[in-house]
Amino acid sequence: MSNGPFALWRWQKLLTDWDKFAEGLLTTLAVAVLALLLSLLLGVVLGLFSASENKALRGISRAYVEFFQNTPLVIQVFFMYNGLPYAGILLDKFTIGVLGVGLYHGAYIAEVVRAGILSVSKGQFEAARSQGFTHLQTMGWIILPQTVRVILPPLANQAVNLVKNTSVLAVIAGGDLMYRSNAWATNGTLSYGPAYLVTGLLYFALCFPLATWARHYEEKLKGDTAPKAAVSFSKTQEVAIEC
Amino acid sequence: MIKTVNLCKSFGSLQVLKGINLTVAEGEKLVIIGPSGSGKSTLIRCMNGLEEPTSGEVYIDGQLLPHKNKTQLVRRTSAMVFQQFNLYPHMTVLQNLTLAPIKLQHVPKKDAEERAMRYLERVGLADKANAHPPQLSGGQKQRVAIARALASQQKIILFDEPTSALDPEMVQEVLDVMIGLSKENITMVVVTHEMGFARQVADRVIFVDGGVIVEEGTPEHFFENPTEERTKAFLSKIIR
Repeated sequence: MSNGPFALWRWQKLLTDWDKFAEGLLTTLAVAVLALLLSLLLGVVLGLFSASENKALRGISRAYVEFFQNTPLVIQVFFMYNGLPYAGILLDKFTIGVLGVGLYHGAYIAEVVRAGILSVSKGQFEAARSQGFTHLQTMGWIILPQTVRVILPPLANQAVNLVKNTSVLAVIAGGDLMYRSNAWATNGTLSYGPAYLVTGLLYFALCFPLATWARHYEEKLKGDTAPKAAVSFSKTQEVAIEC
Repeated sequence: MIKTVNLCKSFGSLQVLKGINLTVAEGEKLVIIGPSGSGKSTLIRCMNGLEEPTSGEVYIDGQLLPHKNKTQLVRRTSAMVFQQFNLYPHMTVLQNLTLAPIKLQHVPKKDAEERAMRYLERVGLADKANAHPPQLSGGQKQRVAIARALASQQKIILFDEPTSALDPEMVQEVLDVMIGLSKENITMVVVTHEMGFARQVADRVIFVDGGVIVEEGTPEHFFENPTEERTKAFLSKIIR
């Protein structure tokens, strides 16, 4: 029997144990969807803060964004897993995944939303103000709806990064796809080759359509007359974590 | 209707308005002229709270205009037409007209839409009700903007250089709408370089330069017999 990293019997073993990978994939999907919702909510709120006339709100938003953008996601996850229990806060791994990835990407989405708001012309704010709309009404009815087109591509790119970054859960044995795949190989027949290849392909299958759509939509936008200031942001926000 | 008392406005160290005392009567059509940088746009923007006076007061209907964010009073009494139109591009023309009445004045949607259609007919654009602003020409956009101002049914409409961003062939269609409006009991304050319009419509013209009112009077006075040298110099440049 061949003992090469991609020997046929290793693939057969993987097929037999497919349910472990499927479970991991489901966990990864669940963490990703919930974390995305959390990060969108945080991103819109913090993005609004950063465009507010209130200095304190702007400061909160700035501090949040800088903190999460300039510290590794792994530390944040380790802190919740190893540090918080000493404060009496015990979170299960799934929650840590959602919180960790959601809080982290909330910072990036806040910047996307902020750039979107800045791309809307000053005249729109003035027209709304002259009609008597409050700041929040102006944002909700007039400004944010206009930003949707320009922030969709960078948001999709954030979603791609978010899906990939859920793999941070592997460092705390979080039951996600990356963890399951690695555990299957380590605790079994050491079939790392097929395990990582299949896992990589599964992540690719989730991310590639999103990224492709974002790229096409962005190119389509360039042909239109919409404000474009925010679009370039998608390029500058590559995030990668290593674990 | 509108009264400014010793109105001053500075941007940093640049003093743009240096004590403007001005009263506009109900139903009056006031035209403000002046060279660029004279402060005329700042003056009209102070009248609806887009700029906060550095010192001095603005009264609308006898009530002191509150500072930033407290737009309640302005909302009730004035509407603004901008040089750059500032229509909401993500909404249809009809929605541009009904947003404020529905959300701020709590007019039922159906009534607001009927009202909006009446004003669109008035500016000759009823057929564009379901178009989006980016599909319109500059002149059409500004006519929609005027209809939007009318739809808010305020007693005062402020026009900040409404034809300055238009291609020449579109200026007249907008002026015609404004001339039509001038026959009604709406208080109009118009910053403009259109001297023909000023002559035809204004009850009173004021010439602003260097942040002060240099001269004021009837259109006849202005265009036939101005007294101040600065006014004469300005008019000789602008009327060819």
